[in-house]
Amino acid sequence: MSGIEWLGVILLVLGALLGLVGGIGVLRFPDFFTRLHAAGVTDTLATGLFLSGLACLFGDWQATLKLALIFFFVLFTSPTASHALAKAALHGGLKPWKRREDPHG
Amino acid sequence: MSIASVLLLVGLAVLATMAMALARGLLGPTVYDRILAVNMFGTKTVLLIALLAARSGRSDYLDIALLYALINFIGVIAVLKYFEYGSLGHPHAEEGDEG
Repeated sequence: MSGIEWLGVILLVLGALLGLVGGIGVLRFPDFFTRLHAAGVTDTLATGLFLSGLACLFGDWQATLKLALIFFFVLFTSPTASHALAKAALHGGLKPWKRREDPHG
Repeated sequence: MSIASVLLLVGLAVLATMAMALARGLLGPTVYDRILAVNMFGTKTVLLIALLAARSGRSDYLDIALLYALINFIGVIAVLKYFEYGSLGHPHAEEGDEG
């Protein structure tokens, strides 16, 4: 594989691993807002790594332009959706999770 | 390790993430967890479609991925609006309000 394909493969693998981390975070976190953080953070970054990795695998510039457009829209819509979700949850009376104050200081 | 096998492995990883999102969607105590799971599932579907585009070498699949990303966002916002205001109509819609 040529150099650019190696870069694509590395970016793809990083994006996939980050996605997995996000998935584990969404599963294991104790509270909705922490899960929202886990999902929100990895959504945009994993998508960015993933799509730039694919852009390296695609040769022609049209595909790269389309991938850049996809990433551009996801970059704007995903945080907005997360914000709306958090606002709706707070509005719906969901209290953020607090660690129990351990008694011995 | 050819490109195709890498794409396959990465595809499996994305599928695993989607399975986790589904698990959170089923387990999620509050309704917002479920909306979060749907949102995450949709974003990963965009990645899968882009992956299929790369695997088959046809870059016109990317339009589908782009469209899916936008529709996913609108769906999440619509569901949120429904849950926050109780109806998709005018937030303070009295009976007989044509607005």
